[in-house]
Amino acid sequence: MEHADELLELLCENARYSTADLARLSGLPEATVEETIAELEAEGIIQGYTAVVDWDAVSDDRIQAHVELNVTLDRETSYRDVAERVAGFREVQGLRLVSGDYDFALEVEGQNMREVSRFISDKIAPLPEITQTVTHYIMETYKQSGHRFDDGDDDDRLSVTP
Amino acid sequence: MSLEPSERVAHVPPSGIRRFFELAEEMDDVISLGVGEPDFSAPWSAREAAIAALERGQTSYTANRGKRELREEIAADARRWNLEYDPDDEVLVTAGASEAIDLAFRALVDPGDTVAVAQPCYVSYTPGVTFSGGEVLDVPTRVEDEFTLTPEVLRAAGAEAADLLVYCYPNNPTGATMDRAELAEVAAFCREHDIAVLSDEIYADLTYEGEHVSIAELDGMRERTVVFNGFSKAYAMTGLRLGYAMGPKEVITAMNRIHQYTMLSAPTTAQNAGIEAIRNCREDVEEMRSQYDRRRNFVLSRFEEMGIDCFEATGAFYVFPECPGEDAAQFAEDLLEAESVAMVPGDAFGVGADGHLRASYATGLDELREAMDRLERFVS
Repeated sequence: MEHADELLELLCENARYSTADLARLSGLPEATVEETIAELEAEGIIQGYTAVVDWDAVSDDRIQAHVELNVTLDRETSYRDVAERVAGFREVQGLRLVSGDYDFALEVEGQNMREVSRFISDKIAPLPEITQTVTHYIMETYKQSGHRFDDGDDDDRLSVTP
Repeated sequence: MSLEPSERVAHVPPSGIRRFFELAEEMDDVISLGVGEPDFSAPWSAREAAIAALERGQTSYTANRGKRELREEIAADARRWNLEYDPDDEVLVTAGASEAIDLAFRALVDPGDTVAVAQPCYVSYTPGVTFSGGEVLDVPTRVEDEFTLTPEVLRAAGAEAADLLVYCYPNNPTGATMDRAELAEVAAFCREHDIAVLSDEIYADLTYEGEHVSIAELDGMRERTVVFNGFSKAYAMTGLRLGYAMGPKEVITAMNRIHQYTMLSAPTTAQNAGIEAIRNCREDVEEMRSQYDRRRNFVLSRFEEMGIDCFEATGAFYVFPECPGEDAAQFAEDLLEAESVAMVPGDAFGVGADGHLRASYATGLDELREAMDRLERFVS
């Protein structure tokens, strides 16, 4: 898959590029584009496609939180085991093991702060391996997955110049 | 004395692009492929360096030739193209490459001197020659040569008699580039007929196939060439107005004599941004270049699919398709009116460009896709 990097870059920019556009942009034949993407999907390199949404612009009943988790491990319990238990919840949108002051960075989504708080206190905090949780509610998103959340119309160039 | 413009000025028509600009400005929702500048902003670290310099109160003039630090960076950077210039007396920092080119005309051209202008080209060369009292000799390049300059077209135009030759590669408006072998033939012609060369290389960093070559690198050319470059295109710094000229001491000294009495020095804030740009913004330039290259592929493919003839432009951020209609100016106007897509008719860029349109791909991909869809609808 020698063209994988270029196609991945293009898809990260816009996953809705048609096969024809991907071919035009990369200069590859359409068949190569299709084959490469099928292969990337089959191998799990592409895990899925999603939209980058400014939910604040849609409704008020949705809130995201970034949650720090500290855990304690033992001989029978690894990070992966903890991750399995946490990732299973529908409310958990993202889960990563990170370096630094805490172990896991969790992205949680709910209808409001109360719902998210209850989820953390009822479902996450009581897990035997969890020693501490710190919840940060997202107040405003300025940039996500490379997309700036502004009106996007900042082209102040003259329409025709030499 | 009345305030009548001098004959020299009255004689020069307003830019051919102007009428088209006025038409486009009147309309809403125009997708413009008529813009001759990057759609990116200058790299953040360059902007930040400019802001920091302002905060430190660096608001005075610099040396006429430009800050020494900047000239050193420019000279070091030019080694990428095998060019070796002394930052002390062979580099002049100007308010955009346009100023540098104007200075060269005024420093080198005597009344009655002939300046061969390779066409189609950027709109300021011909008026610049006229303002300096020279005679313009049009040298139209040909689509069958992919708009490169050749000894044949030079001879056909009678350029043997020229004192000076000015051209721009990678080219605005065609997107053409010239490789080493092609430049060598032009160099031989210039040596044979003792012609000096003004080589506008403002788009050098935006070369998509192979490496940019400067004619000044070729045998016996350094002493008869002035190279122009700047920060506008590669670093997306058009509004900061920062360019430079590199050439033998005598010509740079002469150009600086005019510059010191007119501009004094290039904008200080821009010079501070320029130093940072050369030092730390290579990756930004590369990223922009690869975005342009993708768009170039995209636009060329779409033209091909629509059956519009377009040679494979390999530089700058323009393609120069043949106009699908009879008359390019009329076609551009009709397209603007019907589909709100602006492309500039080729004849706005001088002779040899009739029947072509300049399409700039310095526009976001979403808009470019939409523009191509509209164009397709219009021509089918």
